[in-house]
Amino acid sequence: MKNKGLNKVDLIFEKVNLREVLTKAFRMSSEEIIEQILESGLKGRGGAGFPTGLKWKYTAAEKNPEKYVVCNADEGEPGTFKDREILDRVAYKVYGGMAIASKAIGAKYGIVYLRGEYRFMLPQLMKELGSFHKMIDDTGYDFRIRYCLGSGAYICGEESALFESIQGDRGEPRNKPPYPTTSGVFYKPTSINNVETLATVMMIIKHGAEAYTQLGTKDSRGSKVFSVSGDTPTPGIFELELGMTVQQFVNEFGDGDTKAVQVGGASGFCVPRKKFNETIIGFEGVPTGGSMKLFNSSRSMYNVLHNYLDFFAEESCGQCTPCRVGCQQLLKGVQKVKKGEVKSTYLNELVKLADTMKIASKCGLGQSVGNAFRTIVENFREEIIY
Amino acid sequence: MYQVGNLVRELASKHGRARESLMPILQGIVDRHNYLTDEAMVEVAKELDISAAEVYGTASFYTFLDIQERGKYVIRVCKTITCSMKGKSEIIQTLEDMLKIKVGETTSDKMFSLLETNCIGWCHKAPAILINEIPYTELTPEKVVEIIKDYMQK
Repeated sequence: MKNKGLNKVDLIFEKVNLREVLTKAFRMSSEEIIEQILESGLKGRGGAGFPTGLKWKYTAAEKNPEKYVVCNADEGEPGTFKDREILDRVAYKVYGGMAIASKAIGAKYGIVYLRGEYRFMLPQLMKELGSFHKMIDDTGYDFRIRYCLGSGAYICGEESALFESIQGDRGEPRNKPPYPTTSGVFYKPTSINNVETLATVMMIIKHGAEAYTQLGTKDSRGSKVFSVSGDTPTPGIFELELGMTVQQFVNEFGDGDTKAVQVGGASGFCVPRKKFNETIIGFEGVPTGGSMKLFNSSRSMYNVLHNYLDFFAEESCGQCTPCRVGCQQLLKGVQKVKKGEVKSTYLNELVKLADTMKIASKCGLGQSVGNAFRTIVENFREEIIY
Repeated sequence: MYQVGNLVRELASKHGRARESLMPILQGIVDRHNYLTDEAMVEVAKELDISAAEVYGTASFYTFLDIQERGKYVIRVCKTITCSMKGKSEIIQTLEDMLKIKVGETTSDKMFSLLETNCIGWCHKAPAILINEIPYTELTPEKVVEIIKDYMQK
């Protein structure tokens, strides 16, 4: 298959004149902004990949005069740290993206939900927010942003759990529908977007949707900020054009001995060496919120799987049975297989359990435990058993 | 044990008394006193005019809103995969030896608590820890000794 290969891009961290971009956006109508974002093909950069323009369109269509723009900065997926870098280096672009979203959907208030682990950043972020508010007042546009701080709960990255947390409750996901576009924070129509998505919006408005569509592939437009860690000589944050294969990624970031790449964190997919060439990083292959972990042949994939299951068993909110009990049983199950207390065919039963969790769990956490489980067990079965 | 009445009123005046103020108020108490006592949670419930069970429900959900006694400096060592691959165990061992406590415990002078935590977002600079809200990254046992010595002298 022909593809573009690995290309480094500098869009997200590129310096822009905030005021200029916002003045351009504020001259556009709500419909025009939404049209631009739809045309750009931008999909949510948090990992789930819902088209941003559609989200805004649905929220804009709601009649309720009280609406919210929420920025999801509860970056908790193991192996993801790009949102912190974006907030650290270009917070003003995130605020600008929120202002553009507010214009598109008709909201006057924005909330940034920042994970508790990033609290040390708050003084600097508040300072920049002060300058942003001053600038926005100068333009005569009516919009205010405030911060809410998490307190160490992975599940609050799930949008409806995040709303519950803002409201002062336990971060337990809600049933859907209704979706946030109808009933989000304070049960008002809400557009909730990832940090990177909002920063990207700024760049789409600046350069135009058409220019943006030159990057990436049909299913995965644009570029993406990747968090690279694990067995690599160059760990860090890299903005890359979407559409490369895992092999091309490994050629750039591997240590010469890469046996697997976990794409999308603990809730993502494990790609083994034999599938590097055929697997595209993006919505047509393995989707990712940006977490890329490389493992070389010195690593035990049993330890990796055990670590992920331990993570999920702790971070499951406990509200729904498939996820609460499922995570614990998967963890106990692989331990038993490893110790030889049960036959290795027991792994097949565990895969069935993971599949059941995918269907029966209430939210994305329980639904995606099976991604890593299935792909690690299928590709590294011997390592799990012996 | 600590007296919390004035602090709760101060925080409620700052953040408001609506239900959504609960998290910032609880975070404010933990910030000052390191953990939440039963008395503190009851006091918050009175101030916001909600049931103490609601306050406990929220507090007990969040890892950083500790409802067990904690020291002045809470050390959280990341145990997720990359930190685990890059020497988390040596970091824990160093901290345990230095503080003479195990993971989950607090020193008898109530200065340090040692805990493990899930991914704190420093995988590219693993291993990493948080001491209260401050991250320390690319750690070695030697660096950890220096950092803790500094805290001991504070």
